[in-house]
Amino acid sequence: MKGAEFISRAQNTWCPGCGNFVIQHTMKDVLAGLGLLPEEVVVVSGIGCHAKIADYMQTNSFYTIHGRGIPVATGIHLGNPDLTVICSAGDGDAYAEGLDHLIFAAKRNVDITVIIHDNRVYGLTTGQYTPTSPPGFSGKSTPDGTHEDPFNPLELMLASGATFIARSYSRDKKGMAEVLKRAIRHKGFSFVEVLQVCASFYDAHLCYDEHIYTPERHDPFDRDSADRLIREWNYAGEGAIPLGVLYERDAPTFGERVLAGKEGEIDRTGIIERALGKR
Amino acid sequence: MNDYSISIGGQAGEGINKAGLLIGRLLGLLGYHVYMYYDYPSLIRGGHNYAMLRCADHEIGAVSGKPDIVCALDQETVNRHGEGAILIYDADVAKGEGIGVPATTIIREEGGAPIARNTVLIGAFCRAAGIPPEILGDAIKKEFGSRTDENLRLALRGYHAAEERMQIPVRTNDPLPLLAGNDAIALGLIRGGLDAYVSYPMTPSSSILHTMADLAQGTPLLVLHPENEIAVITMALGLSYAGKRVAVGTSGGGFCLMNEGVSLAGMAEQPVVIVMAMRPGPSTGMPTYSSQGDLSFVLHAGHGEFPRIVIAPGTTEEAYEWSARAMHLAWQFQVPVFVLSDKNLGEHPKSTRVDPEFPMPVASVRSPRGRYARYFNTPDGISPFYPPPLSGNVVKVNSYTHDDDGITTEDPNLAAANAVKLIRKGATIENEMAYYGCLRVDGAEDASTALICFGSTGEACREIGERLSLRVIRMIVLEPFPLAQLSDVLAGVEEMIVVEENATGQLDSLLRGYGIIADRRISNVSGRPFRLDELELKVKGVMQ
Repeated sequence: MKGAEFISRAQNTWCPGCGNFVIQHTMKDVLAGLGLLPEEVVVVSGIGCHAKIADYMQTNSFYTIHGRGIPVATGIHLGNPDLTVICSAGDGDAYAEGLDHLIFAAKRNVDITVIIHDNRVYGLTTGQYTPTSPPGFSGKSTPDGTHEDPFNPLELMLASGATFIARSYSRDKKGMAEVLKRAIRHKGFSFVEVLQVCASFYDAHLCYDEHIYTPERHDPFDRDSADRLIREWNYAGEGAIPLGVLYERDAPTFGERVLAGKEGEIDRTGIIERALGKR
Repeated sequence: MNDYSISIGGQAGEGINKAGLLIGRLLGLLGYHVYMYYDYPSLIRGGHNYAMLRCADHEIGAVSGKPDIVCALDQETVNRHGEGAILIYDADVAKGEGIGVPATTIIREEGGAPIARNTVLIGAFCRAAGIPPEILGDAIKKEFGSRTDENLRLALRGYHAAEERMQIPVRTNDPLPLLAGNDAIALGLIRGGLDAYVSYPMTPSSSILHTMADLAQGTPLLVLHPENEIAVITMALGLSYAGKRVAVGTSGGGFCLMNEGVSLAGMAEQPVVIVMAMRPGPSTGMPTYSSQGDLSFVLHAGHGEFPRIVIAPGTTEEAYEWSARAMHLAWQFQVPVFVLSDKNLGEHPKSTRVDPEFPMPVASVRSPRGRYARYFNTPDGISPFYPPPLSGNVVKVNSYTHDDDGITTEDPNLAAANAVKLIRKGATIENEMAYYGCLRVDGAEDASTALICFGSTGEACREIGERLSLRVIRMIVLEPFPLAQLSDVLAGVEEMIVVEENATGQLDSLLRGYGIIADRRISNVSGRPFRLDELELKVKGVMQ
């Protein structure tokens, strides 16, 4: 199947220059490259600019509500582990409204791929700070600048037990394709943070272009090395920003553990009769 | 008419619930219908717990009044419940007038665990009530299994330390299983096609989760306990999307968190069954007591307008049958379906007749023709429902206002079509519900005075209706409101008394919205169920 067949008829309304275009087109190319069919893939999204990807992709989709894409995606995976579940979430979505679900999905090692479209600003609500906005970010809700510092989501994911942690950049389509392919193939919870340009409310591409780099000879299975790279940039200062697959490990997935021995038909009458016998 | 009440009380941690169930088993083996009320505060050790057993030769589902026999593991129980009853007490820890049994000493002599004191008192109870020791043996064997011998020895020590004071006659009926409403709901959901149950613990719904997790062991049934109620309902909707039949369970506070998910289910037309077990609020309220204060909340929960079905079973039998039907209805109509319960229904065991092969309505399946559109706009508002993967097609569901394909739209005509489709679906559901008995009439069916109620207050109302020759109308389906069925059974009613366990009269308000104006209202906000003697006085008090 060609990549173009993964694009739906929905009219696209992202701003010109929006980083979401690159994510969508990378996703379509990677799905086609992996030989997947639209009916085998489910794109789950939250609410925000990123979330329109559910409409724009010609795949199965569940366009959910703000912050709740991850538990829906978890349910879909447990309901049918043969489906490839990709959950797109915004930084407001996953790091603010639904942070608990992100941590638990990592903790459980749910076999889904979560892509965070991190533009470090609320776009669809026209420009407020998010958990990864730089210190002092001046937005519509914080005209005097924020009074809090950003957190480093990759560090949080490492602490939460994520088995695949990667960072991409919306102006590096080639790197993103490699990361996304490995993320979808990874057995377990894949966390892909995409630094995304918001053309209208927070265009940091000059800063990103200057600071991003792809570490050479990094072994993502080396936790100490991964830890150093993940801490290299804290979303506040002007440090070097490493891209690529930064951490990976093998672990049993939530689906494997929950669904073990759960094959076959439910003997409903048998369960009911057994229960009545005890009472 | 044989009708007896027995209480057993002590501190939390002394096994009062289990002791109550053992007495219930005994009474069941004697051939009686049994009902057990269990009163416990929200703590793990200390405090005052008691179980009130009632047995009768007719069907019962309410507590009657003062107990005939009281078994006291502590002084508090003697003081609170002892007066006017045959009192059996542990003479090592309490003083009283009645049958003092040195239960603590007996336990020490026999090397039993301190928690087994209640077994000693139950032995004494059997002697006092004239229950043959063979039946005591049968009950203990069924309750304790491999630990029968040690427990029977303790019970018989109690038996021989007491004396006969009355006789509960032996009847020849076979015992029925003792099921609490939550057991019945769990079994009903399973009967109705449940594949997965998702819940976060919250009293009084938690025992559904526990029962389900126990029953699911070694079977393909999935039971999940996620991080909070928001995850519960959204994970359930994910499972539902992927083709699993799923239910969730919670109480008021947890249901508050679920509301955005209820609205999502409404818009996305993603079926789910929600068991909502009421307890007194607002906020934390009284976790281990009962209320009917969330009727209005459940009827209106979730922003926006979308069809739903709200079912309030009133007996454990109905809890089983209607939970099964709830599963069918949710998937037939792709709507959230509520099983509205409370602590009094959910946690109180009752002799229950359950048909493990209860016949389910047949689902009508519509095959997709040509290209699949998840929200294909049919005349009855019911779109063909298919989980992915669907060969050559994609299944797109959406929380936004959407077109037939499930793609977001803000077009005024498509938006109106989306809204009207949901309303048409509501009308289809209303028509379908005419085939179900959405309410139940008891008591004197042609009396001109009617008690109107819903849910767990129904059994107390039924008995009072029988006693005072009143018509008793209990609503089972509250949404869609069964106006035609209700109008039929109200024919000839001149005086209407609404009975409910909330302060503001939520059923009364609902009825008023349909032009049914009650004359009087009886409410109870104590957290405890109506006792028959109290309710009788209240009903007599308001009757003209």
